[in-house]
Amino acid sequence: MPENTAPTGTADVPHIEFRDVVKKFGDNTVLDNLNFTVSKGERVTLIGPSGSGKTTILRLVMTLEELSGGYIHIGGTPLQYQEQGGKRVRISDKRRRRTTTGIGMVFQHFNLFPNMTVMENIVEAPINVMGLKKAEAEAKAEALLDKVGMGWKKDARPNELSGGQQQRIAIARALAMDPEILLLDEVTSALDPELVGEVLAVLKDIAAETDISMLIVTHEMQFARDVSDRVMMFDQGSVIEEGLPDKIFSEPENQRTQDFLRAVL
Amino acid sequence: MDGVIGFIQDLGPNLQLVLERMPMILDGVFITLLASVLGAALALFIAFAFGLALLAKNVLVRGVARVFVEFFRGTSLVVQLFWLAFVLPQLPYPLGFQLDPLLVGVLALGLNYGAYAAEVVRGSIGSVPTGQYEAISALSLSPARGMFRIVIPQAWALMLPSLSNLWIQLLKGSAIVGTVTLYDLFFQVEQLRDRTGTWFAYSFALLAYYLIAWLIVILMNGLEIRAKHQIGRGPALKDSWRSLFRAPGSTPGGGRSARVVRDRSVAKAGTAGEGGLA
Ligand SMILES: Nc1ncnc2c1ncn2[C@@H]1O[C@H](COP(=O)(O)OP(=O)(O)O)[C@@H](O)[C@H]1O
Ligand SMILES: [Mg+2]
Repeated sequence: MPENTAPTGTADVPHIEFRDVVKKFGDNTVLDNLNFTVSKGERVTLIGPSGSGKTTILRLVMTLEELSGGYIHIGGTPLQYQEQGGKRVRISDKRRRRTTTGIGMVFQHFNLFPNMTVMENIVEAPINVMGLKKAEAEAKAEALLDKVGMGWKKDARPNELSGGQQQRIAIARALAMDPEILLLDEVTSALDPELVGEVLAVLKDIAAETDISMLIVTHEMQFARDVSDRVMMFDQGSVIEEGLPDKIFSEPENQRTQDFLRAVL
Repeated sequence: MDGVIGFIQDLGPNLQLVLERMPMILDGVFITLLASVLGAALALFIAFAFGLALLAKNVLVRGVARVFVEFFRGTSLVVQLFWLAFVLPQLPYPLGFQLDPLLVGVLALGLNYGAYAAEVVRGSIGSVPTGQYEAISALSLSPARGMFRIVIPQAWALMLPSLSNLWIQLLKGSAIVGTVTLYDLFFQVEQLRDRTGTWFAYSFALLAYYLIAWLIVILMNGLEIRAKHQIGRGPALKDSWRSLFRAPGSTPGGGRSARVVRDRSVAKAGTAGEGGLA
């Protein structure tokens, strides 16, 4: 499998590459020939009105959605489909999971496992997917829990915790897999306003201390400004404007970007 | 010696008869319990095997499971029982088998109620929120691992009330195994009836089956409380032993909607348990 040996994360290979991506839900074409790349270590924030396809993009990278057309490559490795002899061929689920092991996602509604303790939530995948020993996985989990300020709750169950605490644990759970790519889909939208800060603070720390590539969807414009290297404005499934955060937030050129920012700021 | 008057007049002698026949009646109780427990064990196994098969991606697997479930739900328990007892032995070699009456009873009960329970398993697994499946996928856990470690433990708490009801039905359905020479409680009651008349015998049977059903209800309530506690939705068993004795499927806080509201408020308040019951 020569296409599997493509080096990941070299300077000239994009970390995430969307090539002519089409996504349809029935007759509804949500993404129509979308092309963009994210470099290794880059933090890209997607903004745009509700329904413009931001979540769909993240879910495609996580392979939670089936790609209708085109290709997505992760560090040069085809994710869900590959081109083979001019044909579009689906990649086996096993091989796809090998690629997605390096991708982590944090959801709007946390999606912690209620039947497990905080510690069990975090070590489940490192032990069973990465093959870590239990003791190793637990030591690592404790370090991550301390980092997100939740070490004291490792034996609690998710239902006993606030939304902000649950989300910080979900972040630790994603980090426990040593992701090279982290997908954040409106991770503070489901939180009470007073809990948003603690989660954003944790994410800012992680952005500062690691070189994980991030694809972020958020309505927290100050946060987007602080952590992003690039902001992409979406409308109706295509990028209508992109650039440095200062540029997009301070002097957007596109009329629709201006209207959108005026509405959310 | 029948009728209400007779029932009351002969109560003393009849109770005397029950005591005399107690060894036989207890044998019958034992057979009824055995058939109900083994039948339920088989039904549970079938429920999971076919419930999961009903959810399989593979069309063929799903189709076979669907045919099996519809067949055993759609044909009568009595007919299945008679078929296993009287037709199976007549099939040509090597298919013909004369099964032990207990095995006939257990097979028929297990297959019939297992088919119903398969739908319960399928439904409960289907009602685990999609976010859980997405988290499993996002952590690159294999679907099988996610199913057994995450989905089924959550679905288990959801399916227990229905499984409890089905088990009670299986117990009651087991009263026909006497027809294939398995001498259960009801068979022994029929023997009793020859001496005591219908009023006394069948009233005694009602009471006896009710008491056995209670045992099942208590056991299943215990399992349900434990399972709910394990998914963080309710107090530990030791804090709520009184709810062991409630009727199957009913909720201590009132109806189904009361339960949902209460669960939400518990989740929101972020409290670990809710203590005893009012
Ligand atoms: N599972 C789905 N089935 C059908 N349509 C969907 C589904 N998920 C998303 N869509 C549609 O795709 C479009 C983009 O949705 P989404 O990616 O969630 O947008 P955003 O995150 O930017 O608000 C919307 O029109 C939405 O209705
Ligand atoms: Mg969205």
